[in-house]
Amino acid sequence: MTSRSLLIGVVILLSVALGAGVYVWNMRRPALSEAAAIYAHPVAPPVSGPTERVILVVAYDDAGVLLPESANIPLPEDRQRRAEELLRALLNRYLEKSSSHPLPAGSEVRNVYLVDPGLAVIDLSAALADGHRSGMLVEELTVASLVDTLSVNLPGITRVKFLVDGKPRDTLAGHADLSDFYDVSNVGRMVHALQASQ
Amino acid sequence: MRFVRLWPGLGREWDTSSGECQNHAPTLSLFLPLRYKGLVSVTPVSVHGMTCARTLRTVACFAAIGMALTVSSRRLFSSPAEEKHISVYSLVADYSLPVVERDGQDYIGLLEVLEPLGNVSATTEGSHWRLHYNNQQVNFTAGSNRADVRRSNFDLGGDFRLENGRGLVPLSTLGPLLERILGGPVTFHEASRRVFIGSEAVHFTAQINPGIAHSLVMNFTSPVNPRIATEPGKLQMLFSREPVVAPGSMSLTFDDKVIPSASYAEENGTAEITISGNVPLFATFSNGNRTITISPAPLAVGQAPAPGGPPAAAAAAPSRVPPPVVVAPTAPPSPVQFFAVVDASHGGAERGEALTDQLAEKDVTLTLARALRQELEARGINTLMLRDGDVTQGLDQRASLTNLAHPAIYICLHASSQGHGVRIYTALLPTGGSDVGPFLSWDTAQSPFLSLSQAVASSLALELETKQVPVRILLAPQRPLNNITAAAVAVEVAPPGTGIADLSSPAYEHLVAGSVAAGVLSVRGKLEAGR
Repeated sequence: MTSRSLLIGVVILLSVALGAGVYVWNMRRPALSEAAAIYAHPVAPPVSGPTERVILVVAYDDAGVLLPESANIPLPEDRQRRAEELLRALLNRYLEKSSSHPLPAGSEVRNVYLVDPGLAVIDLSAALADGHRSGMLVEELTVASLVDTLSVNLPGITRVKFLVDGKPRDTLAGHADLSDFYDVSNVGRMVHALQASQ
Repeated sequence: MRFVRLWPGLGREWDTSSGECQNHAPTLSLFLPLRYKGLVSVTPVSVHGMTCARTLRTVACFAAIGMALTVSSRRLFSSPAEEKHISVYSLVADYSLPVVERDGQDYIGLLEVLEPLGNVSATTEGSHWRLHYNNQQVNFTAGSNRADVRRSNFDLGGDFRLENGRGLVPLSTLGPLLERILGGPVTFHEASRRVFIGSEAVHFTAQINPGIAHSLVMNFTSPVNPRIATEPGKLQMLFSREPVVAPGSMSLTFDDKVIPSASYAEENGTAEITISGNVPLFATFSNGNRTITISPAPLAVGQAPAPGGPPAAAAAAPSRVPPPVVVAPTAPPSPVQFFAVVDASHGGAERGEALTDQLAEKDVTLTLARALRQELEARGINTLMLRDGDVTQGLDQRASLTNLAHPAIYICLHASSQGHGVRIYTALLPTGGSDVGPFLSWDTAQSPFLSLSQAVASSLALELETKQVPVRILLAPQRPLNNITAAAVAVEVAPPGTGIADLSSPAYEHLVAGSVAAGVLSVRGKLEAGR
C-alpha cells in the first residue's frame, strides 16, 4: 500500500467519523427538546376506583352566572386529595372545547392545602393566571366557581386563599383580588348576587 | 421596629429609637452630620509653649509637622464623609453597610450582606472561603473571579478577596450573585448602591390637593420616616431606610405657583425627593406616615403679623433665615366640601383587558372618566380624577390618595368586552380585618361605608335603567374598593349589546356618564348625611 492510498483511506475514515458525529448530534437535539416538552406538562396520575356524585359550580360567561351541575368522578379517601380532584374536574370542564367559561391551555390546580380550622389554600398554575382573560366579571366567575365548588362538596371549609405557582399574587388577571382570604359565606353572597341580578 | 442591628464589629449600628445610623467612634460621629450638611469645619491646631525666638530649623520642623498633621487630619476627617454605603431592603430587614475600595473597584463583605437575611456562616481553609446560607453552600477562592454557587460556576466580575477571614466580593455583580444565593428576584441599583430583595419597594404619588391652596400631597405605599432638611427655595426628604423608588418621571411639575416642581434622585444608598417652593415649606405627616403634605410654612401663608408682633413692614420683609423644620404628626386638613373622586382604572404599564387589538381597557376608562367628570361638574359636583393621563398607579396609592382627599364618593371605572350594559359593584370584604380603636383595618376600611355604597349603587342602577341601559348590581372581590373610607362603587361598562366598537362610541359614553352623574346627584343628600 502506497502512502497516497494510506492518506486517502485516513481522509475517508475521518469524513465518515465526522459525518456520524453530526448525525448523532442532530438525533440527540429533538430527543432532548421532546423530553423537555414532556417535562413541562406534567400530568397527574388518574384516580382510579369507584366514582362519586359531586356538585360542580360552573360559570357561564354569556349569562354571567354560576350554576350547580352534578358530575360523577372518582375521588380518593384523603380529604386533601379529594379537594384537588374536585377542582381538577371543574377545570377539565372549563378546558373542554365547548366550554361555558374557557380557561387557557395548561390551566391546572397544582395543590390544595387544607389547614385547620377551615382554611383551604388553592395553588393554581401560572398558566391559568397568566393566560386568564382580564375583566371584573370573568375573573369573579373563576374565583367564585372554585371557592363554591370546594365549599359545597367539602363542608367545614370557611376560608379560601389563592396562590399562583406557590406564591402570593395580587390579582388573578388585573381585577379579582387574590391577596386576601375569601370568606366562604361572603362568596355565597356574591354568587347569590350574580343569580339575583340576572 | 423594622430596622435591625447591623453587622457587629464594624462600628456602626442603627439606633432603633431615633432611626439614625450612628458610629461608635466619637470623632467620626461628630463630623458626619457636619459634613453631611456641607458645613466642613476646620479644626485649629495650636501648639502651646512656642516662642518667636526659635531657630529657623525648628520652625521648618514644625511647619513640616503641621503640614503632615493637616494632611493626615484632612484624610481622617474626610474619609467618613466620602464613605460609600450600600442599602439593602428586604422583607425581614432594611439595613446599610459600608463599601470598601480595592484596586479601584468597589467591594462588599458578603457575610455582612447575608447576615440579617438568614442563617449564615463562613469557614476559611487556606485561600478557600466557604459560605453556608440556609443550607446552601457557596465556595470562593481568593484571587479568583469565579465562584461555585449552587453547584454552578458564577462570574464575579472581579477577583474575590479574603481579608482576615472576611470575604469581599465585587459590588458590580452583587445583584445577580444574591439572586443565585437567595433563589429569588433581586433588583440592584448599582449607581446609587441600593439593593431591593424580592418585591420590596415603596412607591409614591405627588399631587396638588385641589381642595387646599398650595398643598402638595405625597402618598406612599408604606409608612415612611425621612430626614427632612430645608433650604431657601427647597425642601429635601432623604430616605435612607425605606425602599422608596422613583416615580414614572424623575422630575415632576405641578400647576401651582408656590410649589412648581419636585424631583427624585438616588445616591450612595439613599433616595432623595426635593420639592421646590417659592416660599419656605414645611411637611406634615398623616395616615400612619403614609402621607406627607407639603405646604407653605405658616408665616409664609399669610405674611401677617401676630397681634402685638413686629410692625407690618418688618413682617412682610422676606426672611433670609430658613424656617425651622416642622414635622408634626397632625391630622390631614379636611375640606368640608362635596366632591367626587373618579378613578380611571389601570393605566401606564397596566393595560387592563385587551378589548380589541388596538383598544386597551386603560384607554376606555380614561375617556369615560373624563366624560364622567364633565357630567358631574355640569351638575355642580366637583371632581378629582386620580389619573388624567397614561400613568401607572398602584391600588394602595389610589386608595391613599382618595382617603386623604375625603371625598363624598369614590367611583372606579372599568371596561369589559364580556356581556353587555353596565355592572355596578360594591366591595366584597375579605375576612380578618380588625379595627383598633379609631383606626380602621386597611383591608376592610370600606366596612362602615358599605350600606352607603349600596345605596349609591342602587341609585346609579335606577338612572341607568331609566335610560334603557342593561344594568346589574354585584359584589366584587376587588381592591381598592375595600380600602376606601367613603361611599365607593366600581362601574364596569360593557358594550351596549351591538358590538365592542360601540363601547368607545361618544354617544354611549355620554349616556353612561350622564346616568352615573345623575345617580350620584340623586343620592347626594344621603352622601352628605353619611359623611
